[in-house]
Amino acid sequence: MSATAHAPGLAGDASRFYLKEEHHPQNGTLLGFWLYLMSDCLVFAVLFAMYGVVGHNYAAGPAPKDLFYLELVALNTAMLLFSSITYGFAMLEMARNRKRATLIWLAITGLFGLAFLGIELYEFHHLIHEGAGPQRSAFLSAFFTLVGTHGLHVSFGIVWLVVLMAQVRKHGLTVVNRRRLSCLSLFWHFLDVIWIGVFTYVYLMGVLR
Amino acid sequence: MQTPTPERSELMQTLFGRLSLDAIPYHEPILLGTFAATALLGLAVIAWITRARAWGWLWRDWFCSIDHKKIGVMYMILALVMLLRGFADAIMMRLQQAMAFGDAMGYLPPHHYDQIFTAHGVIMIFFVAMPFVTGLMNYVVPLQIGARDVAFPFLNNFSFWMTVVGAVLVMASLFIGEFSTAGWLAYPPLSGADYSPGVGMDYYIWALQIAGVGTLLSGVNLIVTIVKMRAPGMTLMKMPVFTWTSLCTNVLIVAAFPVLTAVLVLLSLDRYADTNFFTNDFGGNPMMYVNLIWIWGHPEVYILILPLFGVFSEVVSTFSGKRLFGYTSMVYATVVITILSYLVWLHHFFTMGSGASVNSFFGITTMIISIPTGAKMFNWLFTMYRGRIRFELPMLWTMGFMFTFVIGGMTGVLLAVPPADFVLHNSLFLIAHFHNVIIGGVVFGVFAGISYWFPKVFGYHLDKFWGKVSFWCWQIGFLFAFMPLYVLGLMGVTRRVSHFEDASLQPWFITAAFGAVLIGAGILASLIQFYVSYKRRASLRVVGGDPWNARTLEWSTSSPPPEYNFAFTPRVHEVDAWWDMKRNGYVRPTSGFLAIHMPKGTAAGITLAGISLVFGFAMIWHIWWLAGLSFAGLIGAAITHSFNYDRDYHIPADEVTRTEDAHTRELAAQEA
Repeated sequence: MSATAHAPGLAGDASRFYLKEEHHPQNGTLLGFWLYLMSDCLVFAVLFAMYGVVGHNYAAGPAPKDLFYLELVALNTAMLLFSSITYGFAMLEMARNRKRATLIWLAITGLFGLAFLGIELYEFHHLIHEGAGPQRSAFLSAFFTLVGTHGLHVSFGIVWLVVLMAQVRKHGLTVVNRRRLSCLSLFWHFLDVIWIGVFTYVYLMGVLR
Repeated sequence: MQTPTPERSELMQTLFGRLSLDAIPYHEPILLGTFAATALLGLAVIAWITRARAWGWLWRDWFCSIDHKKIGVMYMILALVMLLRGFADAIMMRLQQAMAFGDAMGYLPPHHYDQIFTAHGVIMIFFVAMPFVTGLMNYVVPLQIGARDVAFPFLNNFSFWMTVVGAVLVMASLFIGEFSTAGWLAYPPLSGADYSPGVGMDYYIWALQIAGVGTLLSGVNLIVTIVKMRAPGMTLMKMPVFTWTSLCTNVLIVAAFPVLTAVLVLLSLDRYADTNFFTNDFGGNPMMYVNLIWIWGHPEVYILILPLFGVFSEVVSTFSGKRLFGYTSMVYATVVITILSYLVWLHHFFTMGSGASVNSFFGITTMIISIPTGAKMFNWLFTMYRGRIRFELPMLWTMGFMFTFVIGGMTGVLLAVPPADFVLHNSLFLIAHFHNVIIGGVVFGVFAGISYWFPKVFGYHLDKFWGKVSFWCWQIGFLFAFMPLYVLGLMGVTRRVSHFEDASLQPWFITAAFGAVLIGAGILASLIQFYVSYKRRASLRVVGGDPWNARTLEWSTSSPPPEYNFAFTPRVHEVDAWWDMKRNGYVRPTSGFLAIHMPKGTAAGITLAGISLVFGFAMIWHIWWLAGLSFAGLIGAAITHSFNYDRDYHIPADEVTRTEDAHTRELAAQEA
């Protein structure tokens, strides 16, 4: 950092005190976005903690064993995991500077995301229809809030994805757009990680109980 | 008051939700009087701005500005305005408690009194202390690290306006509907739909949620600024202490505020969607709320105090003419406090019944926190030891802090002993303790910071006489107002009571009310100080950029600083970078200026915040169509803003040259 050589013709002393050229600090967007993700992670931590504390309080209502169909949840998990892989392909195409292929993989990612949301909504609808809505017991309140918050994040992710696709189409794979795609990539994989927690802690361990 | 009358038509219900003309409290003379006064004042300000034809200037140069310096100043103004409101609440409570004994019921009915103590707490923490602290950090941190702005200038503007929206909602509750009566942390089940069915609780929730978005984003922003944008040569252990404490505070913000957001979401779901998180039945667990809110709440008090520890460090070292004693230990103490602040939350409710082992764990961690804090105190004392101390205003506030805060710290350690806490829990002793540390620490620190950096911001000093009046009124007023509360607390008087039977307590309350009046005089003296200083600004002008002979980089540029802060980015070799420059023959550059790359102002921040205000209001009053519409609008506006790729510009080199030349001439004139 301080190893800049003295430019010829300049007072040797001055460069001890300041830079003669314009200073370009590193771009902090990815760090900032990472910090935001960690804060979001804490929101989920609270929801997990809530589920951990009241997750057994069925209030004489249904328990996880009576409600969860693991086959459906496994299918749902597969949708989300596939969407992460396809997002990875989109990023690879972006690195190769191929706009069309990037857009195609992004579109496929969005479709997987929509499939995930569709299955989740179907499950919610089914549960509410059976009388196991979020008002039934503290367990169900915590279940719907945790899973629903994740679903809400996926929905926002899809809106963001569509917006970014429009921006990439319009402006191409510019530096700004690449940065935005990287942020959404972090976000998308983050939701995957959270879902693995949900799948294990809520569904698998719930059925075991 | 808010429940719609049965005759209310379906259409009105759909259009206006719970909102009706009954929501306006025209039957309450106090509120009506306040409304009239506020409205008149507001109209006067609007008329004055209009007459000065200042709207365009205000909009372009301030509201849409993304200059960290202007945003910092706006935060300070917001905090100052809200301080007046929060103090009005305080003096009303003191008056009521001094009057209401035996047959005398005082002048405030309990429902109104409950709103006042809730509003006082919420306003003082969220809309006075937080904006003061954020304002100071916003203004000073980029200058101290030799940066041109923060990492995300637009987000900075957006954060500020979101904070304003929170404050606006709290103020609106005064005249439309009511405010929460459930205390500043809104414990359920009292804050649940069954016991707080009115809009007051919802005002509380949405004010904090919307302001919370701003706080979180400004936390992220300042962390990235400090991590990524320091001037070359400024390694972490060469950062000024204020920057260090700001970094730790913002880490705490990012690690604590999401918990508040999440727990308020859960409470909202209980209220809006009939879920059962914190209800008494269907398996809910109200104590979970208390745990979660304090997992945010305890770090929050360190969020408030740490930056002021930074201010005291800068002030003590500048006005003792010495480098700070024990810089390294100061940094480590700050980091240790940051970490420990997460391990003490349960001391706020030892009486929950977690058992002896849990309580002792949290009692011990709480006592351990006093060690790094004590180390800081000794560092400041040793900095002063054999220093050439100048008793300027910032130094007065700092010494007042050292005296007051130590008392507060010691009563805090008393409260940390679980068996003692079983006696003192929820008593006025606790109230005295936390006012002791918050007034003695945060408020005195803010005033130290304001009087220290005011000449930096505006280029002229604050009037010393009125500053001294303000200081002594605050210092003595504080002792009168809160020492009696310690006594009352030890006698077993609990908090949040609006009427007493035992007349022997009255003299203590009258003494406390007298103290509050003195504090009021202190606030008034501060306002007079600002006015007098502005009037006499020509004679109070600072010579050069560095009126205090200070040590850190913010004093190396002109006062007030140019838009771009530094014509050339400084190179740092030591902790006290500016001191080092002065000692080693730094000569201010007067030529060779380059064009400077700067971010562009935008109306997007204030627009998004404005839509959030509509959304919050609609949610509070159950106006569902408006809530849906404004939420869609919010997303639409955010997307529209993301399509704006034209976000920066260059200040041309000759403009920089002009600005710098003007400063050169000024310096020459002052030296002549």
